[in-house]
Amino acid sequence: MDVTLRIRRFNPEVDQQPHLETYQVPADPMDRVLDLLHWVKWNLDGSLTFRRSCAHGICGSDAMLINGTHRLACKVLVREVGDQVTVEPLRGLPVAKDLLVDMEPFFASYREVLPYLINDQPAPDAERRQSQQERERFDDTTKCILCAACTTSCPVYWADGKYVGPAAIVNAHRFIFDSRDQGAAQRLTVLNDKEGVWRCRTTFNCTDACPRGIKVTQAIQEVKRALLFRGE
Amino acid sequence: MTEQHTYDVVIVGAGGAGLRAALESSKRARTAVITKLYPTRSHTGAAQGGMCAALANVEEDNWEWHTFDTIKGGDYLVDQDAAEIMCREAIEAVYDLEHMGMPFNRTPDGRIDQRRFGGHTHHHGKGAVRRSCFAADRTGHMILQTLFQQNVKQGTTFFDEFYVLDLLLADDRAAGVVAYELATGELHVFRAKSVVFCTGGFGKMFKITSNAHALTGDGPGVCYRRGVPMEDMEFFQFHPTGLYRLGVLLSEAARGEGGILRNKDGEAFMARYAPTIKDLAPRDMASRAIYTEIREGRGAGPHGDYVYLDVSHLDPSVIDQKLPDITEFARTYLGVEPKKEGVPIQPTAHYAMGGIPTNVHGEVVMDAAATVLPGLYAAGECACVSVHGANRLGTNSLLDIVVFGRRAGVNAAEHAAAVGHAELPDDPAGAVTRMLEELAGHPQGERAAAIRADLQAGMDNKAGVYRTETLLKDMEVELASLRERYGRVWVQDTSRRYNTDLLETVELGFLLDLAETLVVSARARQESRGGHSREDFPARDDRQWLKHTLAHRADGGVKLDYKPVTMTRYQPMERKY
Repeated sequence: MDVTLRIRRFNPEVDQQPHLETYQVPADPMDRVLDLLHWVKWNLDGSLTFRRSCAHGICGSDAMLINGTHRLACKVLVREVGDQVTVEPLRGLPVAKDLLVDMEPFFASYREVLPYLINDQPAPDAERRQSQQERERFDDTTKCILCAACTTSCPVYWADGKYVGPAAIVNAHRFIFDSRDQGAAQRLTVLNDKEGVWRCRTTFNCTDACPRGIKVTQAIQEVKRALLFRGE
Repeated sequence: MTEQHTYDVVIVGAGGAGLRAALESSKRARTAVITKLYPTRSHTGAAQGGMCAALANVEEDNWEWHTFDTIKGGDYLVDQDAAEIMCREAIEAVYDLEHMGMPFNRTPDGRIDQRRFGGHTHHHGKGAVRRSCFAADRTGHMILQTLFQQNVKQGTTFFDEFYVLDLLLADDRAAGVVAYELATGELHVFRAKSVVFCTGGFGKMFKITSNAHALTGDGPGVCYRRGVPMEDMEFFQFHPTGLYRLGVLLSEAARGEGGILRNKDGEAFMARYAPTIKDLAPRDMASRAIYTEIREGRGAGPHGDYVYLDVSHLDPSVIDQKLPDITEFARTYLGVEPKKEGVPIQPTAHYAMGGIPTNVHGEVVMDAAATVLPGLYAAGECACVSVHGANRLGTNSLLDIVVFGRRAGVNAAEHAAAVGHAELPDDPAGAVTRMLEELAGHPQGERAAAIRADLQAGMDNKAGVYRTETLLKDMEVELASLRERYGRVWVQDTSRRYNTDLLETVELGFLLDLAETLVVSARARQESRGGHSREDFPARDDRQWLKHTLAHRADGGVKLDYKPVTMTRYQPMERKY
């Protein structure tokens, strides 16, 4: 089969505005959208620019807008999207070139929520004990690959790039609900800020976008609840 | 304009080894981590099954058995002192990670859970042992995240999307590196007292591979061009269970949890090849068994070119809780439901046992006399300590990166504290400037992608699971022709900013260099050992070949040298499972 692939192109050294370019790409229904992009880059136009690395949905490099939804190009098959495919850069982050965006604002929000274990008690000689139930409590949010599909799907984030965004909250959740962590109060203070968790309007775009199947909106709700019942 | 930076320690690469090194180094010395990817994109994140350590949390175990398994698994080409260190320090390394927040799966009493893995046994091969510590089937992802989180906490300095393209040496010691900034196309000179390479593997010289697109061997390639030999390059691991056609890894954890390899007749064929531990045989043996099944007509599918990994008999809750990712890969990419049917698999190029030669301190050694190049370090898959010998056991890669990443980081920082900066050579970025101008200087011609595709197909067909003199000689000739084509390569993208076309072309150059060292080393080694399997020399030959290969860059090709294997207490025995 042939796929009609439209790609939003932008070369900052030449173009004033992004524009759509159309390519006819031979494809198999089992090909990934990433394979289509590679076909163009390797056969038609070497200047087509995008990030990718693992090509199987674990490194988080190739999140982009595919037929209107944020997905990983390596995790969407042609058979799911059909023979008309439009690929654009993630929304809400500055476009640097073609499908490649500046990720720095995204990682800056991530760093704000203290995304690391905080526990100042001396560690035991062996492991800290944690029950299977305690481990299960934050399992879902450990799956995050920081691809930014959730944050860039959020209408609140589109309107206000200062909003810390779903991905940062997911990574805060991963530690707030880890029984070994003692930094929840600090993180909740950050997330109680006017650009924090209360900006969420529960549109569930983030949950729909997550290529790892994380229940993002539920995690955000759990953080809100932790704030409401703080200190009780 | 070339910007210049000065640090005590520069770490190249931000996967598990680089991040573990950075935690040590940045506490002790002014440290920069230079990485061509954002750190969390590194391929450590794709590791699935676990990290072995003899914690004995669920059954009797000790690190000496782990050492024995590692040496036997490596077909006795392992440096035994290094294996002892790794297996002994494994226990502390796992606790370190746990203390950093690593979310290991737990036993009912809250300790770190452990499961079986290929080639890991109790009492020196008496039966499989539960030694692998894991976080579902995303252990590598969790290690990468945990180490990155700790670096964020520590405020480590990162240069993201900077490609290191040259190593600077002066007075026979490390002086720094030259890096290309993807965003601007500018070159940066990093002056440093210690340079630590942690750039991972180079599986992209093969077509069917579990490796990420980024794994092009830039670190070893840079070192090789500056006179560092490549050790044991002929030993490349083919993982038995790659997703059919794609090569995406399906962890050995599937077999650790009870999964079975079956041929087209449904026969659990591993019982014929490894009667004692069957499907938990080491990877080299399992990959050869699969190839044999396929060649003898017992492969499945319209072309008879794959076999099945069957987990359909496992409790569905085990699949959901312990193997969620890999079963999802089967659903996503092949449309197969592993709870109901076998998953089509074939061996996939997975792991380089060889690489930059180092001693157990992470110091790079330059020759058979183990002469250290002061200030130069390497750790992880790009390095060869050698703890994996001729065949790495599953889980020992995650262990290798944290144990030797830590050692390299500590030693690099301590070295930096003891010496001053070496003088930079004149025009330090000159060599990179000339290389890039040369590559980008052809107004038309053949794309790097076409040359790379031919390299990958050639390596799959001629330097894969089974090798012969004829095939390897063919590949040597083909490599000469590929290199000649590369001399006329066309880089279409002429822009400065984010020129991934230019960088893919640079990366192909490293792959070509390393493929040549692999093929020349493999052709010379007239025996079969671990991951190197010669049909014309099917037996292991300890009398002539119990030695490491060192491939030096020489005028017009590769010059081979050899060095002895360090033996402590384990004499080579026949390798049966």
